[in-house]
Amino acid sequence: MGADENLTEETENVESTEAGKRALSKTGQPVEDIDNLSRKEIRKRAKKNNRAEDVKVRLSKAELKRQATLLILSAIFVVYGIIFYYVPLLGWIMAFQNFKLKTGFFHSKFVWFAKFIRLFEDEEFLRVIRNTLGMGILNLVTTFVMAIVFAILLNEVRNKYCKKIVQTISYLPHFLSWIIVCGLLHDALSSTGIVNEVLIKLGIIDNYISFFSFPAYFWPIVAFANVWKETGWNAIIYLAAITSIDPSLYEAAAMDGAGRWQKIKHITLPGIRPTIMILLVMNIGNVLNAGFEVQYLLGNGLVQGVSRTIDIYVLNWGISEGDYSLGTAAGIFKSAVAIILILIANWVAKKSGEEHLF
Amino acid sequence: MSEEFNLDNKIEEAADTLETTESIAADISGSESSSDELRMVTYVKPKSHPIRDFMRSSWSDKLFVIFNTIFMVLFVVITLYPVLNTLAVSFNDGTDAVRGGIHLIPRVWSLKNYVTVLTKQGMITGAWITVARTLLGTFLALAANSILAFIISRKRFLFRSSLSLFWVITMYVNGGLVPTMLLFKYLHLTNSFWVYVIPGMVSAFNVMVIRTYMEGIPDSLEESAQLDGAGYMTIFFKIISPLCLPVYATVALFVAVYQWNSWFDAMLYNRLRDEYTTLQYELMKLLSSVMQTSGSATNMNTTSASSATVTPTTVRSAATIATMLPIICIYPFLQRYFVTGLTIGGVKE
Repeated sequence: MGADENLTEETENVESTEAGKRALSKTGQPVEDIDNLSRKEIRKRAKKNNRAEDVKVRLSKAELKRQATLLILSAIFVVYGIIFYYVPLLGWIMAFQNFKLKTGFFHSKFVWFAKFIRLFEDEEFLRVIRNTLGMGILNLVTTFVMAIVFAILLNEVRNKYCKKIVQTISYLPHFLSWIIVCGLLHDALSSTGIVNEVLIKLGIIDNYISFFSFPAYFWPIVAFANVWKETGWNAIIYLAAITSIDPSLYEAAAMDGAGRWQKIKHITLPGIRPTIMILLVMNIGNVLNAGFEVQYLLGNGLVQGVSRTIDIYVLNWGISEGDYSLGTAAGIFKSAVAIILILIANWVAKKSGEEHLF
Repeated sequence: MSEEFNLDNKIEEAADTLETTESIAADISGSESSSDELRMVTYVKPKSHPIRDFMRSSWSDKLFVIFNTIFMVLFVVITLYPVLNTLAVSFNDGTDAVRGGIHLIPRVWSLKNYVTVLTKQGMITGAWITVARTLLGTFLALAANSILAFIISRKRFLFRSSLSLFWVITMYVNGGLVPTMLLFKYLHLTNSFWVYVIPGMVSAFNVMVIRTYMEGIPDSLEESAQLDGAGYMTIFFKIISPLCLPVYATVALFVAVYQWNSWFDAMLYNRLRDEYTTLQYELMKLLSSVMQTSGSATNMNTTSASSATVTPTTVRSAATIATMLPIICIYPFLQRYFVTGLTIGGVKE
């Protein structure tokens, strides 16, 4: 009976987060606000937890019975995962077949690597790879640099309210869909748009430029769209990393007569270096994923040669033209390159003693 | 520089005139020997005084502050201008807007654009479907992700590491567009509302965010509850979940924004079913109609002159504003949560 009372008392205590935290401190455990932990500390803690868990739980009937709830639930999740994540992987078989909807998986004819060979003989596919890689790398570099620059500069803003306002505004574009962003961009760059107006007023150009008709402008426009949308959002993680730098370092540097430029160069940048490296490794695998929505929405006949990416190629051939096998083969190629890229990036980071993923 | 120091009184008084300020600044940024003397000054918590601080700082710091201010102002202008411009155009008369030159204030006021948007059948259906998928999708995703995270974060769970690996793999490898689409076709998910909420329900990234948070909760809580006879369900609902509300809010925000903004699934799987259209997909149709007309930019005048007072451009502006409004109103109040989520999310295995 007494045990039951204890339980209800306990559960009442944890009704709300605040009350829960109080309950924690009652048990004598140090309570920390996880929001304020630095990345490194969280990682260290997670490692420690993993080690503590090495107290092996034996697989036994009693244990199975005890964990019945967990087992049933996890079985449901495994079934879900197999259906929605692993079955599509089985679909890769299609790439080696001449897949037709009528005949299905089991009766379609196997053509082995014919589809891949066709893919690499297709000049368009090679161009599409170039576009994807080119835009992916350009986007990666520009968004990365801008996010870091923005985070560092915002951190140097002394006025608390200005800082808060600028930061809040900087998040805004992240919450807008690509449809909206492309619409805004289209307006800004149109013949009567602000960009042409400013350029004409400044006397840089005499007549308006129709930006979307020249292939040379397309990649920079896409890069700008990405920078505009994600700079504030990407800066969040760097700002968090900067706040976890030991303030005494800045005080010591000030004592030695370092100015603000020097403090940034010698303290802030080295301080966020591990964060930069791990994000770089994580994002390199995404280089090929960085090319669908903007290109699809802003691309047009005039810039087709530079705007089409692997994803658009897959959509065109795989879905619109109904050549499922070719679409799947292109998809496999993309996945494979992504994994290779991330492994290489990780390996390089590991070799040079930087922060890495695995 | 002077923020970190409080120079002794004599200097403090003298510093009020610009001339001496500059000489002090020169001293500070000057040779090593002169800064040696300054090192002796005792450290006092600086009182913030922006203008005097600025005047006293070294020239390179001044340059920095000026540069930084310009950068921030430009940043804010570039971020906000397109949105405010669209707002102005959305309240402007259609034919008049074709002339261009509208900046932050409408030239010829008109509410016709909003009337057109709000009475358009596609937009109304789209709004209902978008709200429904956002609410239901967020609820289902949160339920699924939190339960899975709970299972994976139980230290005694027998298949902990294998289940974790099973889901981590899905973060890096996926089947791609074509196999996924065929799968949905076989499952009869295409041409239905459920394609919006069922497939994306579990996302390994969100699971890992919640799991990391749950692992920060002391085991003793679970153990004592177990001693008292609580089952795993009780522990999840009564003990762990109340402590995880901040991270739940984060994940809910991520999923809700994703649901609100997606259009590709509507285009790909429900193209033929107008009753399952979404707001963003309707917006996309408007955008492409605008782009087609402006492809022959100079012809705009003739096409718009015939169609009374609304043009594709102004209608699209109104639709854009109507679509972004809910998110703009909500996100500033949730900042704390997504900052937390991103910082935890940065830690992956």
